[in-house]
Amino acid sequence: MIELQDVSYSYDGADLLSDISLTLAPGSFHFLTGPSGAGKTTLLKLCYMELMATKGQVTLFGRPADQIGRDGVAHVRRRVGIVHQDCAFLDHLPLVENVALPLTVSGQSTEANMQELRELLGWVGLASKMASLPAELSGGERQRAALARAVIMSPDVILADEPTGNLDWEMSLRLLTLLVELNRMGKAILVATHDLNLIRQAKSQVSARVLRIKDRRLQLAGADL
Amino acid sequence: MIRLAEVISIVQGDPRADRAVPPTGFTAQLTLFTGAAMALLAVFALALSLATARLADRWSRELAQSSTVRISAPESQVAVQTEAALRVLRSTSGVESARALAPAEQQALLSPWFGPDLPVDVLPIPQLIEVVETSGGYDAEGLRLRLKAEAPGAVLDDHTRWRRPLIEAAGRLNLLALASILLIALTMVAMITLAANAALSANAQVIRVLRLVGARDSYIARAFVRRYTLRALAGAAAGTLFGMAAIALLPDADPAGGFLTGLGFSGFGWLAPLPVPLLAAVIAFWSTRVAAMRALRGIT
Repeated sequence: MIELQDVSYSYDGADLLSDISLTLAPGSFHFLTGPSGAGKTTLLKLCYMELMATKGQVTLFGRPADQIGRDGVAHVRRRVGIVHQDCAFLDHLPLVENVALPLTVSGQSTEANMQELRELLGWVGLASKMASLPAELSGGERQRAALARAVIMSPDVILADEPTGNLDWEMSLRLLTLLVELNRMGKAILVATHDLNLIRQAKSQVSARVLRIKDRRLQLAGADL
Repeated sequence: MIRLAEVISIVQGDPRADRAVPPTGFTAQLTLFTGAAMALLAVFALALSLATARLADRWSRELAQSSTVRISAPESQVAVQTEAALRVLRSTSGVESARALAPAEQQALLSPWFGPDLPVDVLPIPQLIEVVETSGGYDAEGLRLRLKAEAPGAVLDDHTRWRRPLIEAAGRLNLLALASILLIALTMVAMITLAANAALSANAQVIRVLRLVGARDSYIARAFVRRYTLRALAGAAAGTLFGMAAIALLPDADPAGGFLTGLGFSGFGWLAPLPVPLLAAVIAFWSTRVAAMRALRGIT
């Protein structure tokens, strides 16, 4: 579904990523690790076209990224659920409308999907916060809400950037269980994380590949996990 | 070319898309005020344009088909030369009629300047002959030569030297008014573009989130475009109504009145300002759309 072939990314003359090759096939589960500033977020952004590769080829759902127009990018993002590191929301809308945004922008009615929204928010432990504004949520609640928003459209691929950064262990496990369930439904999952315990826990539940970015290149990790 | 469906969707609106973009604060009032002020000025400029066009037409019409022949001769020659001039005039192609003014008519013409007690019969006042032309007009130079031969004291005044500068002045005033309407439209484009850009900058984070969850540019732009178009329309409608009311309160647009009393609309002219709000909405629509699309191109 998403394929990176010998992809490099430079910014302001500096190479951030070099010769990255990665395939996110249906049903695959990848963890992406590496020190802060290694380029994990950059790699994720290449996967949902917030950034464009300076070298190599990114292919999304069978189409080369450089041939996808702006409307095409919007279409790609409806098939890719993104849990962003900064959990950006629309501050003037209540939580339920924020979570329903992917439905709204694709022309679907929030009201028609209200039952599904309730269940989803209940699952991430935010049923009582449906009417709250994002500013009224804690960091962990925002992160869970971001996950709910990422999966509401039942996307083919889920990209999560440090999704458990603000969560306690119990909620991290809950989130992991949700990702594993989605993966079993055939979704491709890529999670960038520092949390090695989470990776170990995941490996006990699902066949996950662990990748590491080191010296701007992607390596297969796992032996030390 | 914008599709009809897009225009309909702008009018109908999408409450969910509208909700996605937060209220835009002062830019809302700015657009409303700009729409109202610009429409008000446009109505005044339109009134000026129509009034000057009417005036130019009237001056042109009233002065174009009439001329005057003045007989300035010794008293004993006046009657003879008047008769000779009338004979020449009546035999001139392009002259529909010619008649010597009666003393009472000459007195009426002079009374605004000298009062009603002017003793026309004892003063050496030239005899005036009123000439009415056919629509084709006559050869003024040929007529002058013939009059000079038959009535040496006759001087033909075909009003050209009066008419031309007046018509030119009215024409320039009309141009000035039309240029003002154009400037008003351009100013409105600039103001609404600035307001839209301010709102787009203030909502950069909103736009980024919407793009991230799969919103197309047209979806995001539509929320802004609809808001600014409707505000400009409402403001311009208010400004137009206010302007028309102000014009209606001016002294009557009496055709016999002077320039200032003629400043206004008459008859079907009152329909002329009605498209102003619609034009303001069209200007707002395109200004905001162009600004939004340009801003969106900078956000992945």
